[in-house]
Amino acid sequence: MTTHAATPQPSYLVDTGSRKGLLAWLTSTDHKRVGVLYLVSMLSFFFVGVGIGFVMRLVQLTPFQHLITARTYNALFTVHGVIMIFLFVIPGLPAVFGNFFLPILIGAKDVAFPRLNLASWYFFMIGATLAVLSLFTGGGAPDTGWTFYAPFSLKTGTNVSLAVFGAFVLGFSSMLTGINFITTIHRLRAPGMKWFRMPLMCWALYSTSWIQLLATPILAITLVLVILERFFGIGIFDPAKGGDPLLYQHLFWIYSHPAVYIMILPAMGAITEIIPTFAKRTIFGYKAIAFSSMAIAGVGSLVWAHHMFTSGMSNLATMIFSLLTMIVAVPSAIKVFNWVATLYKGSIDFQPPLLFALTFIFLFAIGGLTGVMQGALAINVHIHDTYFIVGHFHYVMFGGTGFAFFAALLYWFPKMFGKMYSKKAIYAAWFPMFIGFNMLYFGMLILGMMGMPRRYFVHLPQFHTMHVVATVGSWFLVLGLLAFFGTLLYALFKGEKAEDNPWGGVTLEWTIPSPPPKENFDTIPTITHGPYHFEQESQ
Amino acid sequence: MSEHADLNTVQQPEHPAEHPGYGTFIKVWVALLILTAGLVGMSHVSQTYAVWGLLTMTPLKAGLVFYFFMHLKYEGPLLKIVILVTLGTLLIFFALLFSDVAFH
Repeated sequence: MTTHAATPQPSYLVDTGSRKGLLAWLTSTDHKRVGVLYLVSMLSFFFVGVGIGFVMRLVQLTPFQHLITARTYNALFTVHGVIMIFLFVIPGLPAVFGNFFLPILIGAKDVAFPRLNLASWYFFMIGATLAVLSLFTGGGAPDTGWTFYAPFSLKTGTNVSLAVFGAFVLGFSSMLTGINFITTIHRLRAPGMKWFRMPLMCWALYSTSWIQLLATPILAITLVLVILERFFGIGIFDPAKGGDPLLYQHLFWIYSHPAVYIMILPAMGAITEIIPTFAKRTIFGYKAIAFSSMAIAGVGSLVWAHHMFTSGMSNLATMIFSLLTMIVAVPSAIKVFNWVATLYKGSIDFQPPLLFALTFIFLFAIGGLTGVMQGALAINVHIHDTYFIVGHFHYVMFGGTGFAFFAALLYWFPKMFGKMYSKKAIYAAWFPMFIGFNMLYFGMLILGMMGMPRRYFVHLPQFHTMHVVATVGSWFLVLGLLAFFGTLLYALFKGEKAEDNPWGGVTLEWTIPSPPPKENFDTIPTITHGPYHFEQESQ
Repeated sequence: MSEHADLNTVQQPEHPAEHPGYGTFIKVWVALLILTAGLVGMSHVSQTYAVWGLLTMTPLKAGLVFYFFMHLKYEGPLLKIVILVTLGTLLIFFALLFSDVAFH
């Protein structure tokens, strides 16, 4: 299937309207440009987060206080969490690759509400600006941790109110993107693109969008209540006024645990696109993967209180949530088994995106399995609030979503920018990233099992060796990240021109030029078969 | 936006004849006033009554507003299903939340 025309449309990177340069980008409603706006802004925040994490690891290089004060350390882990969670991992794949590729993958010319899409980016930037402003105004950077737990968040003199309001505005960005994607998938699929002919990335984005739409308002309301409590002392969460601090934790995690799936589902979707392309065969268990996305979205919304097993909630609730937590592992495992089964007896074409996709599977499996461990009540009591938790969620969010983001970027970079990067340089960058990542975060898992509590800015001597291992790992990791993004940046300006279909992919984005033209398709394609239809396989 | 399914060209359900008149609106408004009065009354009896009043009458009021004022009654089945799924999700959240709140 080809959709090239005799007179090709200009690329989306070319300014054809009355506005030129930056202004043209800032006012464009083209879904691809909006995706790139998100990419640039989120990567900027990502590197700020990386820098803060790097400093925190340096602090742990010795058992004693050095470099910064305890209060600054508190502010740093809060800001690191807020930036990485709200400004990078949650919007990460849906906002960048969802915006850029969802319409193309379903054969549409844009999302359903292009102006709303651009407005979502502005909400994102306003929310981000408010969150960053909170560091330097009021009583200084919030010191509550990214969870803003009551009653401390109600009492602290740091600038919690502005940071919380920033997160509230960011929530609007997320909800509007969710509404846009759901409507786009329902209404703008190309003729013949039935639900089970959609690429699985679309299923992942669809599931994610429902979580964004249903769960985010709960967080938004909760954060408003925190602000009202701080300014007017209404007493909803403050036990001194008859409020219930556990209610805050419930409301916070009703959103924030599903948010983990907002982070991971699109990552899984991207991996599901990459694996068939480099195995040169159709995906194993299409419907199982599609339904497992919906199952993860559904069941994943009902497990929030496993973050609260030691909080003093009722025994009945702990047992119910422990059981539900175990159940959510099933659809996640379905995906992993299907990816491995797709690779089995495939014609493997080992390229950088596949390397990062396989790394994702390995790291996510460790993150997932350590998550199941914590779902067990007895183990949870032992490791709660230790470095084990920090190691676990970095395996899921960085090893999972982060590496999937890198895999997706490597996979779609030639399509997005029409340039090809040096594969050797990417392989070279992968090595320190992988080694450094595991030294850093597996080190944290061990530290947690040994009893090292999280969020302490000094540590006892018995934890020192593993802290040094983890800190050295952070150096390797940062080195790898710099090499990785340096390679892509070099390719962006000086890379060779990429082919339209450098990987031999069969989904719709590979049928159009690189970079894509303004309106994606000259003529809307008619779909006659499933998304992973490899001719050599059917011969 | 793609021509094949441009939202502007998608057939919207037409039901001008089914739209309620002022009479219906006034009846619903009176019902809302009665429910509000009931709610206020129950809150004066005891805290337990106040909670049960909130749990039963508020959703009823919201339902009336959804159904008549927000025209849910005249929408197609897809939108009704979406609303039901949302309400179902909310109910499940409540039930799980009460598994803690009611027992701790």
